[in-house]
This record gives sequence, structure tokens and C-alpha cells, in this order.
Amino acid sequence: MRKSLAVRIANFVIGWSAAIVFFFPIFWMALTAFKTEPAAIATPPKLLFSPTMINMRAVLDSADYLHFFQNSLIISCAATLLAIILGTPAAYAMAFFPGGRTKDVLVWMLSTKMMPAVGVLVPIYLIFRDAGLLDTHVGLIAIYTLMNLPIVVWLIYTFFKDIPKDLIEAARMDGARPLSQFFFLLLPLTAPGFASTGLLSVIFIWNEAFWSINLTVTNATPLTAFIASFSSPQGLFWAKLSAASLLAIAPIMLLGWLTQKQLVRGLTFGAVK
Amino acid sequence: MRHIRTLVTASAMLLASVSAYAQTTVTIGTVNNSDMVVMKELSKKFEESHPNIKLNWVVLEENVLRQRLTTDIATKSGQFDVMTIGLYEAPMWGKLGWLAPFENPPDSYRIDDVLKSVRDGLAVDGKQYALPFYAESQMTFYRKDLFDAAGLTMPEEPKWTDIERFAEKLNNPNKGIYGICLRGKPGWGENVGQITPAANGFGARWFDMDWKPQLTSPEWKAALTTYTGLLKKYGPPGAASNGFNENLALFASGNCAMWIDATVAASFLADQNQSTVIGKVGYAMSPYGTSKTGYHYLWAWALGVPVSSKSKAAAQEFIYWATSPEYIKLVASTRGWAAVPPGTRTSTYASKEYLDAAPFAKMTLKSIESTDLRNPTKDKVPYYGIGFVGIPEFQSLGTTAGQEFTAVLTGEKTVDQALGNVQKFTERTMKEAGYIK
Repeated sequence: MRKSLAVRIANFVIGWSAAIVFFFPIFWMALTAFKTEPAAIATPPKLLFSPTMINMRAVLDSADYLHFFQNSLIISCAATLLAIILGTPAAYAMAFFPGGRTKDVLVWMLSTKMMPAVGVLVPIYLIFRDAGLLDTHVGLIAIYTLMNLPIVVWLIYTFFKDIPKDLIEAARMDGARPLSQFFFLLLPLTAPGFASTGLLSVIFIWNEAFWSINLTVTNATPLTAFIASFSSPQGLFWAKLSAASLLAIAPIMLLGWLTQKQLVRGLTFGAVK
Repeated sequence: MRHIRTLVTASAMLLASVSAYAQTTVTIGTVNNSDMVVMKELSKKFEESHPNIKLNWVVLEENVLRQRLTTDIATKSGQFDVMTIGLYEAPMWGKLGWLAPFENPPDSYRIDDVLKSVRDGLAVDGKQYALPFYAESQMTFYRKDLFDAAGLTMPEEPKWTDIERFAEKLNNPNKGIYGICLRGKPGWGENVGQITPAANGFGARWFDMDWKPQLTSPEWKAALTTYTGLLKKYGPPGAASNGFNENLALFASGNCAMWIDATVAASFLADQNQSTVIGKVGYAMSPYGTSKTGYHYLWAWALGVPVSSKSKAAAQEFIYWATSPEYIKLVASTRGWAAVPPGTRTSTYASKEYLDAAPFAKMTLKSIESTDLRNPTKDKVPYYGIGFVGIPEFQSLGTTAGQEFTAVLTGEKTVDQALGNVQKFTERTMKEAGYIK
């Protein structure tokens, strides 16, 4: 059935409005990064201005960007990999051998995400202090793995659920063991799902600020701590803060842009569609 | 014999080189304001003269830093060796035994040169728990050109009634000029930090000597009515969300006829990269109502060493350097006199070069010297602090009060309702904390 013109126009307008609303803050941040500090807070806001690289230079001069970038990269990739390695067997068991309480377990896992992080800051901080994990890559990788595990399990579970059980049965009849079933049947079929799960996990970790700021000092500080250092209680700082933010999100935006096909394909593949 | 001598010399050289490489790392937690940024840049000089000390910098936004440092010091984690703290934390943490005292400052440090009001604010029972890096008070900034054009004269010590009269005359929203800019943004370090000294200036206080809250007193009502009334009638639109930075931007762009805020704003208003009103700014004391006790606050950013630090001696060595008269001279010689950290040393204000470069210096000094952190109000109180109350519960009380005061500005609540709510919340908090029954 063909949609009426009015519906198509409405969809177009709503779609573009939503896109503009989501994109505008990033666009404005990118513009502000190239303004002078007074121009950044000018009233009315300036759309036309002479761009300057002064903020980028100031930001790069005052902090070691590569150190923060390297930490973000190591921590987000390692934690994502670990979460997928730990989450996949759980999702497999729950998808193909569900018990009476499988749904409850899944909901319970997700409910752990609903607790405000600050509520467990002091106990986690004390555990990290006593275990010597403060300001270490291992510490942050552990916390991010645990933080993302519920989402990873849920996503992979929904991708596995979409695979007809008959296929697994057939493979089993042909003598395939669980590992062979996984590597030669399930993995190729759900590869886009794994890719989007990994990408989403990397994005979540890359943007996480609370734990990274509270559990690190200098050695393991990722890019979120880099951004936080440019906010100032006194004096103008918006242009420099925007420049720092642009530098921090640029790698992840580039990754999202390069992999947008896989992301969309993965997200529309499972139950998140 | 010669071989033995060579062997001894070689061993000594080896030992010396090993000890040269045995560097102590000092981790410094600080805020991102211009004075701290300069300190970070100039600290390379310290590292050059102290090759056995390596400095690590952690720069964070003020509220994040406060939370981060509090977690670290309360759990004795020892992640930081130097902490940037204020007059609010230093006496509290010193009393709790969380900070290492500065027991024997070197003679060259000249501790008596540090301004007494600031030094005393960072000490408990005669022990110095932090050393000031810069200090500030409050003052009135006004546009001399607008005052001249309107035939007005700002007294050196204006009253709130003077400010209201001037604001009424100079308010001209059609030309983008508002009579007065004040902080409306909620927060214990934002509007509450400004309204509390204003209330002191009307003879109000947060607590009586028995820790009973006094927020519904006629003095508090007069102060809050004056402050919010001025902003509502002659303030810029959206004043309820304006803090220091927003008002700085407004005044620097020529949109405010008067602004009452931190003395440190003077150096921003004299900065060509930030201000369009250079040479047009006059300075006066902060206004008062009926009392001249505690009507302008005192704040200092200071450096302290937690007892949990593993490098206490090196940390204190750095602090002595960063707050010394030599450091001030170093800033002056590399960045100019206008950039030196204000409000800490008498010798800074005795320098002709500084007085020439900073026309606001005398007013800043007068404001700072006329404060007494431990006697902040007309009637006696059991607490220290002028723009705050020096108890751990104040962060929560101030946050609630800030929201209530802003609600008056937005018209959601009356002055009586807001003060009544703050009174109730304060009573409940103080009962729960065991101050009152």
C-alpha cells in the first residue's frame, strides 16, 4: 500500500527535525571550537566569524592528547572484547537452553544498570584502593567490562534468539559440537550483531566520564578526563572546552561514520529493531 | 692507592647518578583557572631547580575536583600529594587530622608577609594546614562612563539603597544596558555565596549560638527582598541562570552598568582578549545594608598536603615554592605584574609596579583586609565563614537554599516561602546531624 503524500511529508519533516535536534549541539560545538573566547559567548550568537586555531593550539599545548587517546583506545577495546568473551556463553545458554527463570535473570542483569553509579562509588573506591587498582588500565577495564556486560548479554541474546533452533538441531545431527556450532554456524550468521554490539560497547566506554574521572589520576586517564580539565570556574573557557571536546569525540565519530552500515544492519537485525 | 681512589670516585659518581634518577613524583590536583594554568606552566622552572621531583598535574572542574579530593582524602587513598582546597575545606580537614601541617617554613618564605586574614583562615589552633595561592573578596564594579554621563557618583563604600538608586537611573534595556548584574544561578558557591554576605550586611546570620537556624528573621527577609528585587527590576533577562562567568561575559561586553562579584574579575575586565570595557571600569566596596560586619566574603584557593601522601616533604617543598614571594616575582617577570596571583602577600601590594599595572589592587586589598572569617556577622555565631558556613552539612544546606533563592527570581516562590522552606530544611538537617534536638 502506497503511503499518502501527506504521510510521506510528515515523515520527512519529523525525521529531519529529529536529526537536526540531535546533530545541532555537535555542529555548534564544532563551530565554537574555532571561535575566540569572547565570540563563543557573544549575544546574539555568531554564525559568521573568522575561524581561529588558537583554541586547538592551546588545548594541545596544555595537555598530552595522545596519552589520553591511547588510554581511551586501550581501555574501550579491551573492556569490549572481555565483555563479549564473557557475555557470549551466557547469551548462548539463555537463548538455546532457556530455563524457567531465564527471563527473570535477564531482567535482573539489566536492572543492575538502573542503579546510580555514585551510590556505589565509595565501596568500589575502597576495593580498588586495597586491590591497588586505582589509576590502572586493569581497574578501568574491569569496571567497564562489568558495566557493559548486561547490555552485551542482552544484545547477543536477542541476535541468537533470531536464529531458528532447527538450524542448530541440524548442525548437531551432523555431529557439530557446541564450539563448532558457534564458530561455523552462529558466528557467521550473527556477525553484524556482534559488530554492532562491539561498536556500541566501545562508544559507551569512550563517552563514560563518572568512573574514569573518579578512579584515575594520571596514568590511566582517558579522553573524558581530558575534556573535564578544560572547564573553568572563573574566566571564559567555552571555546577551549569545545576544542577539547571536538578532539575527544572525533575518533569515535569517525568510527561511527565508517561503520554506520554495520551499525544499522546490526541494530535492525535483532530485537532492538 | 690510585686504583682505590679511582674506584671510590667511580662508586660515588655511580651513587650520585642513581640518586639523581630516584625521582619523587608529586601529583597535584587543581582547578582550571588562569592563575593555576600559569602555575602549571611555570612549574617547569621548579622541576629544573629540583631535578629529584617530578610533578604530575590533574586539572579538573571545581565541583568535580572537590568531590574527587574529598573521596581521596576521606578514604586515605594517597592518590594526590598536593590538593587545591579553599577556605571552606582547609580548617575542617585540618581539624580532622587529614592535612599535614606546615611546621617549619623556611625563613625565605616570610610567612608573616602572607595577609593575616587569609593566613588565619587556613590555620586551626595555631597550625597552618594550607598556604594560599590566591585570595579574593567581593567588590562593586561599575561603568565610570555611564555614571559620568548620568551625573552620578559612586561612593567608595556604597549602601544597597545607593545601588538601587543607581540601577534605576542606568537601567536601559532598549540599549542593551542593564542596571545591575548579580548571580542568580543556584548553588552554594554561586548565588548563596553572594546572598549570604549580603544578608550579613543586613545583620542576618545562618545560626544563633545554639545552632538554631535563623533564616526567617526580618534581616534575612530584608536582604533577600533587596537582592532579588534589584535583579528582577533592573537585571538582565535570564538572570536566574547567571553565575560568575555569565555575568563576566555580560559586563565585559558592556551590558551591565554595575556588577557585584569576586575581586578577581577585575583582572579579566582589564584583559584585552576578554573585555570591551577596558578603562571604563570603576571599583568600589561591596554594598552593605545596616551592618558593616561580614558584608563581603573572603575566599582563597590554597595548597595543602594530605597526611596520606607518600611524598609529603617534596609536596611541601613545591608548595613553598608556588606560594613564595619569588614565585610572584617569576610571574611578574614572565607574564607581567597584572598576572600575579592576587590577595596573598603584603609585599605584592607594596610593589609600585603591581599598583601601576593593577588599578584595582588597592580596593582588592581593602576588601580582603577588612574581612574576619571567624567573626562574620553582627551577632555572635558558632561557625566560621562569610559566604558559607564552615560545617560539612553546608554543601547540602547551600544547595537547597540556592534553589529556593532562584525560585524567588523566577517568580515561582515569594521571599517568605523560600526562606520558610530553607528554615525547615536547615532545622531538619541540623537535627539529623545532632547539632540541635
